[in-house]
Amino acid sequence: MRIYMSKTKEITYRQALNEALFEEMKRDEKVFLMAEDIGPYGGAYGVTLGLLEKFGEERVRDTAISEAAIIGAGLGAAMTGMRPVVEIMYIDFIGICMGQINNQVAKIRYMFGGKTKVPLVIRTEGGTGRTLGAHHSQSLESWFIHIPGIKVVMPATPYDAKGLLKTSIRDDNPILFIEHKMLYNTKGEVPEEEYLIPLGQAEVKRKGSDVTLITYSRMLLYSLEAADELEKEGISVEIIDLRSLIPLDVKTIIASIKKTNRVVIVEEDCKTGGVGAEVGMQIMENAFDYLDAPIKRVAGADVPMPKSPILEKLAIPDKERIVKAVKETLK
Amino acid sequence: MEKEEAIFLLKKMMQIRQFEDKISELLGKNIAQGGSHLYAGEEAVAVGAISVLNPDDYITSTHRGHGHAIAKGGKLPELMAEILGKATGVCKGKGGSLHLADLSQGNLGANGIVGGSLGIATGAGISVKMRKTKQVVISFFGDGALNQGIFHESLNMAAKWHLPVIYLCENNLYAMSVSVKRATAVEDLTRRALAYDIPAEKVDGMDILAVRKAVKKWVDFAREGKGPSFLVCNTYRYYGHSRSDARVYRTREEEKSWREKDPIILFSKKLIEGNVLKEEEIKDLEKKVREKIEAATKFAMESPLPEPEALYEDLYV
Ligand SMILES: Cc1ncc(C[n+]2csc(CCOP(=O)(O)OP(=O)(O)O)c2C)c(N)n1
Ligand SMILES: [Mg+2]
Repeated sequence: MRIYMSKTKEITYRQALNEALFEEMKRDEKVFLMAEDIGPYGGAYGVTLGLLEKFGEERVRDTAISEAAIIGAGLGAAMTGMRPVVEIMYIDFIGICMGQINNQVAKIRYMFGGKTKVPLVIRTEGGTGRTLGAHHSQSLESWFIHIPGIKVVMPATPYDAKGLLKTSIRDDNPILFIEHKMLYNTKGEVPEEEYLIPLGQAEVKRKGSDVTLITYSRMLLYSLEAADELEKEGISVEIIDLRSLIPLDVKTIIASIKKTNRVVIVEEDCKTGGVGAEVGMQIMENAFDYLDAPIKRVAGADVPMPKSPILEKLAIPDKERIVKAVKETLK
Repeated sequence: MEKEEAIFLLKKMMQIRQFEDKISELLGKNIAQGGSHLYAGEEAVAVGAISVLNPDDYITSTHRGHGHAIAKGGKLPELMAEILGKATGVCKGKGGSLHLADLSQGNLGANGIVGGSLGIATGAGISVKMRKTKQVVISFFGDGALNQGIFHESLNMAAKWHLPVIYLCENNLYAMSVSVKRATAVEDLTRRALAYDIPAEKVDGMDILAVRKAVKKWVDFAREGKGPSFLVCNTYRYYGHSRSDARVYRTREEEKSWREKDPIILFSKKLIEGNVLKEEEIKDLEKKVREKIEAATKFAMESPLPEPEALYEDLYV
């Protein structure tokens, strides 16, 4: 659906992120990386492979296992003129540095009356899919949309991953950039030449007229599959990929609802207090009059993620549940 | 050393080694999914340390927790089934490799978070003191955990309150790919305890008898109400950090040099030289362990997966 002005190439989500880091580090020597196992190891999911060789140890810093200091030190460096890209290997570990993110990173500019800025990117990954159990499978994005002062970006495709990461690195605000462990090997087209994607712009990933399906991150892939299946039954689904949760692109959502009058929200995180709760209320406040059916949520179960592959699958949305929810809104 | 005791120690170490080799095989065949951090090479630490505990003493474990679980009396079929996510697993298939726990054996659990169990061990120490039971706690953690805030917070708390906890650092030279040298400001890790006035010692973690001797000393110390201690066991993990690890951060020569100090071979030799066991007896033992591992694997593979209802069970009491 996207029209490319230049030649494209097919790369993985992992490569897309790697290229974004490489290009921004090359462009601006204030950009540096600091995290666990990002040097010779190349990152737990291989995103930083090769960067140590290109930029050296000062700009690709392997740290000890010290999440609180990684974030705190990232903040200090950002406040004093650098543009750090730090990483929390799994979002599950973020509790260890939650105080640093919530009380320091997100609030410091506001508390200081705008006297400082925090160009800090915190890369991390989340989600299920590898049966790693409760400490390596969480989707914690909703914790962060509740913290004013930090942006939350969650790309689903290689194109979005690259463009959004580059923009995030150039943004003067703190950004939590959440990747998905099951997307690193997925492939997609990206332009050969440089491009950026503005934060806060959702994208219609599939046009349709009967139901608006709002989603983000890996659930986009499941939603696309569900839409293909529904199309065979004559149901036309429009899919909106939020791409960033903060800022949230309410305008694109409303424009679609005006057309379809029906909404299903698909999210991998726990349903209670999740992203869908916020998106759903935004719709109630801004587009209630256009709705012909109650908003539906297809979300993760409210449980810690179980290890057993069979339970892990049950705990998150799948194509069948999405199809069912769409049909229900059409009843 | 009594023959019976020697057999017990050797058998436990062999069980861990073969268990881990089996898990590696199952991972390779995709029968076991997800990650597993294997304990092969470090057997003398878990077996040596836990062998001086009473059955009702506590341990806390790590992400590399299969060895601790086996040494603390975990049943091989249940552990294997847990790692495969089966309903018959020790945690009903909900925890997996990273969360092996058996409260009935005093194993307060493995942990997916580096440093995640140091607080639990400290709290168990408080509980023991308040309940006046004379139990002790061994807190296992890796060299990587030394740079987590909770390590410092826990040691300080334990020192102030004289808690019966042995903080046992399994120093295998690396935390994932980052060596102790690159990550940690002090070279002699025992110096970390100085800041909390906690007595500390380092020991050859490939030598089960050395581990036992040292741990026995600090367990007695704790039981006598003298407070916490810090023990650094120098050891090595044979496998990569996890399956995807290409081990670019260490050399094959280094790996070889540590394998030459293999804890099972070392102990076997000592037993043969000391006329405690004959070579054939050791071979026989190894064979028996293999049979047990095979039986555990068969049990795990044939066990049912959890029922869908299990998804919502055990969240609250
Ligand atoms: C808080 C936290 N940070 C990072 C990780 C990822 N991680 C898992 S194990 C590990 C290395 C741990 O090293 P060490 O404590 O020395 O134990 P070893 O693996 O060597 O047994 C890392 C970085 C984690 N699980 N938890
Ligand atoms: Mg280690």
